[in-house]
Amino acid sequence: MSIFLDSDTPVIVQGITGKMARFHTKEMIEYGTNVVGGVVPGKGGETCEGVPVFNTVKEAVEATGAEASLVFVPPPSAADSIMEAADAGIRYCVCITDGIPAQDMIRVKRYMYRYPKEKRMVLTGPNCAGTISPGKAMLGIMPGHIYLQGNVGIIGRSGTLGYEAAAQLKERGLGISTSVGIGGDPINGSSFKDVLEQFENDPDTHIICMIGEIGGPQEAEAADYIRDHVTKPVVAYIAGLTAPKGRTMGHAGAIISAFGESASEKVEILTAAGVTIAENPAVIGETIARAMQ
Amino acid sequence: MDIHEYQAKEILNNFGVGIAPGALAYSPEQAAYRARELGGDRWVVKAQVHAGGRGKAGGVKVCNSDTEIQQVTEEMFGQKLVTHQTGPEGKGIYRVYVEAAVPIAREIYLGFVLDRASQRVMIVASGEGGMEIEEISAERPESIVRATVEPAVGLQEFQCREIAFALGIKPAMIQQMVRTLKGCYRAFRELDATMVEVNPLVITSDDRILALDAKMTFDNNALFRHPQVAELRDKSQEDPRESRAADGGLSYVGLEGNIGCIVNGAGLAMATMDTIKLAGGEPANFLDIGGGATPERVAKAFRLVMSDKNVQAVLVNIFAGINRCDWVAEGVVKVLRENPVDVPVVVRLAGTNVEEGQKIIAQSGLPLIRATTLNEAAERVVAAWKSDNARNTNLKVV
Repeated sequence: MSIFLDSDTPVIVQGITGKMARFHTKEMIEYGTNVVGGVVPGKGGETCEGVPVFNTVKEAVEATGAEASLVFVPPPSAADSIMEAADAGIRYCVCITDGIPAQDMIRVKRYMYRYPKEKRMVLTGPNCAGTISPGKAMLGIMPGHIYLQGNVGIIGRSGTLGYEAAAQLKERGLGISTSVGIGGDPINGSSFKDVLEQFENDPDTHIICMIGEIGGPQEAEAADYIRDHVTKPVVAYIAGLTAPKGRTMGHAGAIISAFGESASEKVEILTAAGVTIAENPAVIGETIARAMQ
Repeated sequence: MDIHEYQAKEILNNFGVGIAPGALAYSPEQAAYRARELGGDRWVVKAQVHAGGRGKAGGVKVCNSDTEIQQVTEEMFGQKLVTHQTGPEGKGIYRVYVEAAVPIAREIYLGFVLDRASQRVMIVASGEGGMEIEEISAERPESIVRATVEPAVGLQEFQCREIAFALGIKPAMIQQMVRTLKGCYRAFRELDATMVEVNPLVITSDDRILALDAKMTFDNNALFRHPQVAELRDKSQEDPRESRAADGGLSYVGLEGNIGCIVNGAGLAMATMDTIKLAGGEPANFLDIGGGATPERVAKAFRLVMSDKNVQAVLVNIFAGINRCDWVAEGVVKVLRENPVDVPVVVRLAGTNVEEGQKIIAQSGLPLIRATTLNEAAERVVAAWKSDNARNTNLKVV
């Protein structure tokens, strides 16, 4: 098993006809992902990368039985596309788009909560590299070949640091159950805690790796959850020890604005919750390997 | 994006928030003229820079005549104001705001922020105005009142009343306070702000509620739908290198060290800085070249990093997913052929098209130092910087 995404999960791509979306749709299909269609308003009836295009997500779901969606829509209409997916009965949505206004994301979150929990879509991202269950399927823009199949669950705010961790694990012959990008935005679909809960319940995940960074309360919230509810070992790396206070470091959400938001404070909070810390990004793989013994 | 105090006040005033009469000036003569225009016998002259802590730094002066205003502003214009928020280089004063002084009875702190824990807009208020919110939370945490706004229906009147009563506003002025709070919220919501801070919000001795200072920060990601806000950008208040980077699609933050960094991805860029520090060096900058970077964008990034005179070594660290190592390598080789540099350059490539990238670097004939892992890259750049530095120092001695 893996979380969110399996080899037979039917997937659609919203905004499939864009240049980047086409390229990554092709990569996903080559990797083995069950891509069953795409959605672009006004282009219904066309075919793109060998799959049918629909005008609305509802039509796509009715025709293909799609359960997961990848949103590849430009920032001004990305929030609208996520809400459309939530309304059409999509179970899991990944949004890659970087640059969605924060208040749009507040509205998206509020909208998703109008559905009862059992019908509520799970969103990861925006501003992330996506989710991959190695050897099964990938829903995102990552280089699939750097991931081995295995038992480490990865959750990260940064895409490239997730690659770094996957590559270091592969070097040691260690694989991954699922790697989930939660994105670098201040208001995101799922938090570390939300994904930790999934990994705790996934029998194929034996150890969890969290890749955090400066800014926001989600690493501290995760620490509380780990202390009280997670039985599996957790390894964490927090980026931004050298980041100055009050400056946005690339990710809209990577800014130290309150107590507990700097890298050193987060390391302290996670250590107190029993998490093993990788002191620097070059030893993430090594730290996980040691924690698995 | 930040804007000036006078701009924030004008916006808030349009949403129904009270302000004192005031006017903007670009010269000492104009400042004096503005005071005569405003009338009265007491004015406050305020340097317009994008930073807090102006009062303590000498950027806010009370004057009793137009000649005094002229004298005071002659000392302000063209100077750099250094506050605890500007860094040692300070921020240039090119505009001043002249405002009629008002009789203050009480000062209140009022802030609207995006609260990341509740993922909603949060109002933070305190009867201890004038102090900064960090000081208030450290010294008088019990004075802080908070309320979160339900995004589906917006800020409700009862919430405004609760805040007003908690702050001890007298009953006759509750409606005025409700109007002020709703005005700030509407400005925040309709213009996609990420922060609205009125500190202090004052109650005058004649029972008016006025925003005496105001700060607004806007969501860069939403500027596309607010051209009237985007127009308020003042490049004179930005680090010129950061402005240039932003205009070229790069994300750059200048730091104090001397090892320049060119990285893809914000997380990896921060992690690279951390690794350099652990290897015994100091990063000169944060730089994310973004996804799908072309050779041209890489070349632009290289020139940007080299424009920092403190840079004595450069580390290029790329883990390509959506990027391509061959494009990055092409960009590095191109820029170094056109503008050779006299500092060591370490290149680490991984991910998409890594073999092609390595080949371009190897066949370039340039003295580039290669590394395969992140650790190796950081150690090599620090070692190269140290030996290069030692050599240069020796030369100087000779």
